[in-house]
Amino acid sequence: MRTSRYCSKDIVWDIIINMRNNPKRLFIFLLILTLFVGLIDLPEKFIISIPWKGKTIQKEINPPQLNIQIGSFKIQKKFSTHLGLDLAGGIHVALDANMKDIPEGSRMDALDSARQVIERRVNFFGVSEPLVQQVKSGDTYRVIVELPGVTDIEEALSLIGQTAKLEFRELMENQESTQAAFLFPTEENTKSVDLSGKDLKKATLTFNSNNGEPEVAIDFTPDGGKKFAEITKRLIGKPLAIFLDDTPLMWPTVKTEITDGSGVISGGFTQDQAKRLTLQLNAGALPVPVTVVEKRIVGATLGADSVSKSVRAGLIGLGIVALFMILKYGWLGLFADLALFVYGLLTLALYRIIPITLTLPGIAGFILSIGMAVDANILIFERFKEELRKGKPWQIAMELGFGKAWDSIRDANFTTIITSLILYNPGNWDFLPSSGLVRGFAATLFIGVVVSLFTGIIVTRTFIRVLYRGPKGVKKT
Amino acid sequence: MIRFSKYIWLYILISALVILPGIYSLFRWGLRPSIDFTGGTVLAVKLEKTPAHEVLERIAKENSIDLVEIQKNSTTEVTFRIKPTSEEVIDDFQKSLQTESGTLVVLRKDMVGPVIGSELLYKAIVASILVVIAILSYVAYAFKSFKYGVSAVASLVHDMLIMFCSFSLLGHFFGVEVDTLFVTAFLTTMSFSVHDTIVIFDRIREYRRKDTRTHLTNLSDIALTETIGRSLVNSFTIIFMLLSLVLMGGETVRWFAMALLIGTITGTYSSPFVATPVLLLLDRWEKKK
Repeated sequence: MRTSRYCSKDIVWDIIINMRNNPKRLFIFLLILTLFVGLIDLPEKFIISIPWKGKTIQKEINPPQLNIQIGSFKIQKKFSTHLGLDLAGGIHVALDANMKDIPEGSRMDALDSARQVIERRVNFFGVSEPLVQQVKSGDTYRVIVELPGVTDIEEALSLIGQTAKLEFRELMENQESTQAAFLFPTEENTKSVDLSGKDLKKATLTFNSNNGEPEVAIDFTPDGGKKFAEITKRLIGKPLAIFLDDTPLMWPTVKTEITDGSGVISGGFTQDQAKRLTLQLNAGALPVPVTVVEKRIVGATLGADSVSKSVRAGLIGLGIVALFMILKYGWLGLFADLALFVYGLLTLALYRIIPITLTLPGIAGFILSIGMAVDANILIFERFKEELRKGKPWQIAMELGFGKAWDSIRDANFTTIITSLILYNPGNWDFLPSSGLVRGFAATLFIGVVVSLFTGIIVTRTFIRVLYRGPKGVKKT
Repeated sequence: MIRFSKYIWLYILISALVILPGIYSLFRWGLRPSIDFTGGTVLAVKLEKTPAHEVLERIAKENSIDLVEIQKNSTTEVTFRIKPTSEEVIDDFQKSLQTESGTLVVLRKDMVGPVIGSELLYKAIVASILVVIAILSYVAYAFKSFKYGVSAVASLVHDMLIMFCSFSLLGHFFGVEVDTLFVTAFLTTMSFSVHDTIVIFDRIREYRRKDTRTHLTNLSDIALTETIGRSLVNSFTIIFMLLSLVLMGGETVRWFAMALLIGTITGTYSSPFVATPVLLLLDRWEKKK
């Protein structure tokens, strides 16, 4: 029984067996790894002051940045902790797009244009790291907007919620006489012609058949086409201004009456400009009225308060666990604590490298996984004691302890890994939650379990092999 | 060796002490679903001077706000729970509050539409079912035995009941709500609980292979005696971490940590004192047939 366990077919186990041949080399590798991840974990904008010969030397500490360039291949990475909305404060808005009037086929396009318009508006507000994302789930089409660090958002919100508004306007009578001076139409010097985005069926990017210039072709709805015909008939030779979101986009001069309910907007566009205009027009044109279905605002103070409290609670809990391990297992407990330290550094570094957006439940997941990281060591140490009681020399008992505990450890962590995967919903499936909070928790739990497998087994074991001199009262062999 | 199998009646009594009042509470008061599931608005504000409860209610009424609850967190902080309504109504309400009390800082403003709410509930249920199915198939795979599988499920159901019951009681007496995070904690508990059960069953099976003659009752007593120390130590480390979070952690994470704490405790308890007795009872029943 014992031997069959010892020669388990598990690949992981084989690797561990192979590594035991050279624990010292592994030990040095682990030290280097710890130093390396420790570097990534350096606090951000942390100022240290060292008194030196009456003066104080101040130095700001920051985590290192990667800046590698090989030919055209560039790696640039800043290692910093990403804080979720609940920690940094900010807003989360979910907008439901009403696709009732949009034909089935062009709904995704409409959603995409809506997203782009919203993104444009958000960028206009100059928020750092905004998230604008489109979500289709079943019959609902949604745009999710997350603006971290923003607190005064009422204005931003009202802006996001609007549908892109496309409007055709004509120049007001009294302005006509000074048409030469007419350069820039405003809302004041124009009036509505009662033709708007609602009357537009679709805008498409086309190319002029003569000179290949990009153009934007617009199709009106039947009603809109009729109105458009009347207006163009009335305004021949006069400008017709197109307003998007109350700002004039262009003001072409009408050349002929247009009766077929379609038109072409041209005017020396680049392809990108024309494409953008198409999108904008579609967004304004396709009446995708959006309604706010979810809105969460977290004041930065609440977040910061919760973080500092939770972090302090975590540290105290960690201290108790560390003390408990030493009291219960003596030197072995100390090694487990050292492994726990490596675990902490490694996980934090992973959060920064991947990067994982830290949320409050995420911190809870991290703290929870610390408890589980010690788990593996407890299982091993208990098995070790059992083997010791049977009268085995401690080195053998230790190796057996690791060997026998592995099965339980694997089983134990397997279910947790499955659960964290289901909660994270990596496939972005409709039928599973995809809320940021749950994800934050799942991500940290998953990383926690995987890293704890590494530190709880390989790191502790190497520490013990290299540094441990055997339990008291047991003869060395 | 401790004769754990002698005290089955005691385990039933302990579980019943929690579950019976809990079930009463579940039927009488139910759970308090958060706006995550019902839709609505939670508005937490910090006011310069907090008007009296009646004044707050009057302001809400004047703005045609359908209040569920007003909760004073401290002398300056108030939380309003409001039934689903439009944004403008909430904004107006906020303005009226401001005129009444001077400065107003929004600490938290969560607005969830009823659609999102029911959607979330649906998704949470689907996720729960998936997790339970995954865990069950894992147990079935690991033990290839109907008896062990049913016992593991019994302890799962037990933990599930304990969690819902305790949150129904907490909800009634402390106004604790069931939200998405509760579902998360619940699912994590499931995997915990099964993990502990597997460790014990693993031992029983190990001995059964070596010794086919001894009665399962004796084997399970030996297995429990050997694993109980480990189980307790394991759980204590997790409980230490969670307890410090519950007692000292931030407001937002407190009840989440509480749910995890209850889950860990019942998960630890149910493996030796629910799953194993059920296994023994099933075994006896099988022998009688």
